[in-house]
Order: sequence, then C-alpha cells, then structure tokens
Amino acid sequence: MDIDVKKIANLSRIRLTDSEAQELAPQLSSIMGYIDKLSEVNTDGVSPTAHPHDVAMPLRPDVVTNPNRRDALQQPAPRTESGLYVVPKVLE
Amino acid sequence: MPFRSLSDIQNQLEAGQTTAVEVAQLYLDRIAAHNDDLNAFVFIDPEHVLAQAEASDAYRKEHDARPLEGLPIAVKDIFCTQHGPTRCCSNILEGFEAPYDAHVITRLKEAGAVLVGKTNMDEFAMGSSNETSAFGGCKNPWNTDCIPGGSSGGSAVAVAAGLTPAALGTDTGGSIRQPAALTGLVGLKPTYGRISRRGIIAFASSLDQAGPMTRTVKDAALLTSIMSGHDAGDATSVADAPNFDWLAACEAKDMKGLKIGKPKEYFIDGMDEEVRAQVEAALQKCAELGAEIVDISLPHTEYAVAAYYVIAPSEASTNLSRYDAVRFGHRCDNPEDLEDMYARSRDEGFGAEVKRRILTGTFALSSGYYDAYYLKAQKVRTLISQDFKEAFEQVDVIATPTSPIPAFKTGEKTDDPLTMYLSDIFTIAVNLAGLPGLSQPCGFAKDLPVGLQWIAPAWQEDKILAAASAYESATDWHTKSPVKFGGEA
Repeated sequence: MDIDVKKIANLSRIRLTDSEAQELAPQLSSIMGYIDKLSEVNTDGVSPTAHPHDVAMPLRPDVVTNPNRRDALQQPAPRTESGLYVVPKVLE
Repeated sequence: MPFRSLSDIQNQLEAGQTTAVEVAQLYLDRIAAHNDDLNAFVFIDPEHVLAQAEASDAYRKEHDARPLEGLPIAVKDIFCTQHGPTRCCSNILEGFEAPYDAHVITRLKEAGAVLVGKTNMDEFAMGSSNETSAFGGCKNPWNTDCIPGGSSGGSAVAVAAGLTPAALGTDTGGSIRQPAALTGLVGLKPTYGRISRRGIIAFASSLDQAGPMTRTVKDAALLTSIMSGHDAGDATSVADAPNFDWLAACEAKDMKGLKIGKPKEYFIDGMDEEVRAQVEAALQKCAELGAEIVDISLPHTEYAVAAYYVIAPSEASTNLSRYDAVRFGHRCDNPEDLEDMYARSRDEGFGAEVKRRILTGTFALSSGYYDAYYLKAQKVRTLISQDFKEAFEQVDVIATPTSPIPAFKTGEKTDDPLTMYLSDIFTIAVNLAGLPGLSQPCGFAKDLPVGLQWIAPAWQEDKILAAASAYESATDWHTKSPVKFGGEA
C-alpha cells in the first residue's frame, strides 16, 4: 500500500525530515499490510464495540466540584502571562 | 533479604522486627548498588523516600497500621505524582511536574505505602521491550543481555532484581503481563473499569488499565484491592463493580472442580518449544491439583493483533494531540508561527515508535479509511469478546502462555516494528475484551522465566487469584530470584 507519509504527518502536526519520511513509509506500509488481515473476517451484522462492558455511563449531580487551581495547572506551561497561555501570533 | 514479598515485610513490621525506615534504606542501598547497571529507575529521591518511611513509623506508633503501612512500592513513570518529574519516559515531557497525584497514587498514600520512585518504561507505554524509552532501555536481571519486556519494563526489573518488593505498571496490550512473565513475576491486569485511569497518562483509553507487579499472587491481590474502586474523576471507572474479599480469594490450595479452558489458538507453530513444554507441564500440575482441562477454541484470536494495531494507535493519535507545546511539555526554539510550533515541537519531542503509532492512527482515522480500518477493527473486537463469552459458558477460567517466547536480546527486534508487535499475540485479546488477566511464573526456558497467563470473565479476578494461588502453593517458581543480584535460582 502506498501511504502519503508527508500528508499524514501534516494531519498529525508532526514535521518529519525527508529521511524520517523515507524510513517511515515502508514501515507504515508493512504495518497496514498486516492490518489488512481484518478484511478476511466476515463482520456482516456485527456491531462495533463502543465500550468493553455493557454498562451505563455513571451520572453525578450537576454541581461545581473543581476548585480554582489555575496557577498550579499553568505552572508546567512553556509560556504564560497574566494567567494566559502565550503562543506565536495567529492573526496579523 | 531483598527478595521478600509485601506480606513478609508486613509481618516483620507488625512483629516489630524491623521498621519502615530500615526497609526503605535496604532497598535504597540496593538501588544505589544496581540501578546504574540495570536502569530500572528513572527518578529516585532517597530523602523523600526516607521521610515517607519515617512518617509511616510514626503513624504506626499512634494508630492501627493501614493496609500498606510502610511498604515500599515503585511506580511506572506513567503515573502522575506531585513529587518529582512525570515524563512517561518521553522527551516531550522534559521538565514536566504533575500538578496532582493520580487517583491510584492517592489510594496508595492513604493506605500508608512508601513510594520509592519512578520506573523506566517504553515511551508513552508504546513498546514490548522497554527499548523505546527516552532514558534508554533497561536490563533483564536474569540475563542482562536481554530485554525485560515492556512497556512496564522498569517496574519488572525493579521487582525482579530486588530493588523494591512491588511496583505498579499499566497494561494496554500486555504491558504488565508480558514483562512480568519475562522476569519471573506475578502481574495482574484487572478488569477494564475496575481501577481509575485519572492521572495515568493516556495511551489508548478503551484499553489502558493499571495493575500490580509483585513476587506473589497474594501481594498482587493486596495492591489491587487498594487501587480499585469507583472514582468520579474517570467516566470509565465503573461505579458498582462486583467485588469480593481479595485476600480470601488467595487462600485456595487446590483446584477441585475448576474447569480450565486450553485454547488451541494459544499453542501454535512458531512458539518457543521450551515455553510450550513449561506451560503444558503447568497445566498438568493443575490437573493433579484437581482441575479439569478442557480443549477450547477462540477462533478470532489471529485477528487480535491487527485489530489492536488499528484501535490502540487511533486512540493514541487522539490522546497525544494534547502535546501541543501550549499547556505543558516541550516547545521548540523560535517558532515561526503556530503551525511551526506544533509540528516542530512534536517532531523534536516524540521518539520514532510514538511517531509511527500516531501516524498509523491518524491514517486509520483519516477521511476515506475510517470504515475500512477503525470501524472494521471495532467489529472484529466484538467478535473477539464473543469468543470469550462463549468459552466461559464451558469453562471457569482460561490458561495460556503469556508470551510465545522468553526474553529476547536487546536490539534483536528493533529494526522491524511488526515483529515487535507480534510478541504480544497472547496478551492483546484480553485488553480488547476488557477482561482480567494474570501472569505468574511457571518455569524456565533457556534459563529465562516463562509466564502462565490466566484469563477470567469480567469482574471475576477472584477466580484467577484462586487458581494462581493454588498453583503457586504447589510449586516454587515464585521463590526463584536472579543469582547475579544476590538471589537464589
């Protein structure tokens, strides 16, 4: 199978060097080739698994439970200012 | 005496024969002596370990001991801990310190455990040999030329080499059971939903489950009983999970009346013949203990790896989109714009295997391929679950080899990702079906440990704990430890 590695890498927001892309292309083809085994299985009328168990999602009262921990949660950020995350300019 | 079970240490602490500080110091000394060679731990803070032990000794003087009072437990670098770094052994989390403890870590602390440090693992738990770690691989103490398995390789090495009596791992496709098998330990992956995933760095959310890696079945039961229970902070944590007395389940001494399924798809051409012989001998032992061995079939087994390598990378590609260099993690120098910041930070931060899986998952979910891959894989997953449901109408538990091969040499499988993926063929189906699975030592092949895997219906860990305890009480494989590190083979 031919996979456009650069296109997939762009969708994944990973910049690959040309040599990385060249190395990955045959590996991904071989992995997807193996995965094509799935087409041998007759799945007519079979429902896809949505959850490993047949359970209802738990409900909880609709009340605020999380305290304000902005400073602690922003501590690991590469760059913040006045409680905001700072990123390169998006709009001119 | 580093090769002790948690129960042994507990008894000695309760009898006043030792203190939590003495126990912690013994393991810290072992870590200082052997970790440079083995690379099991990626973070250790001896002062913090001793402070926890001192606090435990003080608590014991004033109160009744808690269930894990003073017991040293190491945790995989995938668990968020407020003390020290949490890296998931990835460069993208360089410098990250978690702002909160994982739910499981809170449970251990409340039970009086002494957290020893963070253990090595495959980057983001993606690997079967621990070789994808940003900190480099770690060594199997039974043969230091060999890998210990993965992805919870560091936890396995730490327990097997007597650097800690127990450790936590996580298991998405076998990452607790396979390294436990390859290093001669007990490893339990509980039923999906039994243990909260909150604060455990996500790989594949419909498959991930935390569990213990220990020297004995009872120790695994003890830790799981503390780790499990509903947590409103994880929507997939099951609120009214069937429960039982975990330690009482380990009192079994025989297997009278137990029906053990032996699936033909797990005894295949190409598996190591010594591994096959050891597992066959273990089943023979089970028969002597009163079990009835029933030949069964799980016909969709051969499609489990293919389904897994669609579902797990798809979920991973989504989960790992959070590493965007905005809220945490590595950011590249001088980004030109937002796109450049995302793409270059992620290229610099992720290792080769993680990139492979993100790309595989992105491809499987991309427009035009979703039905053929993701949806198809989820349908095959339903068939794999049905195989187990039908089998459990005939038998109580299923027994298989944990891994088709013993530990392999470092570097042997790194060139071909697909060969590496196939080393998990006997563990993956259990995750797809959300079932509990346990590996326990059952002999040696080429002087390397062999694991016996037990599988039970959902929520029936008590059945595999009973079977594994009976086998353990009738054999002495669990008492072996690597001579090179002061053990007894």
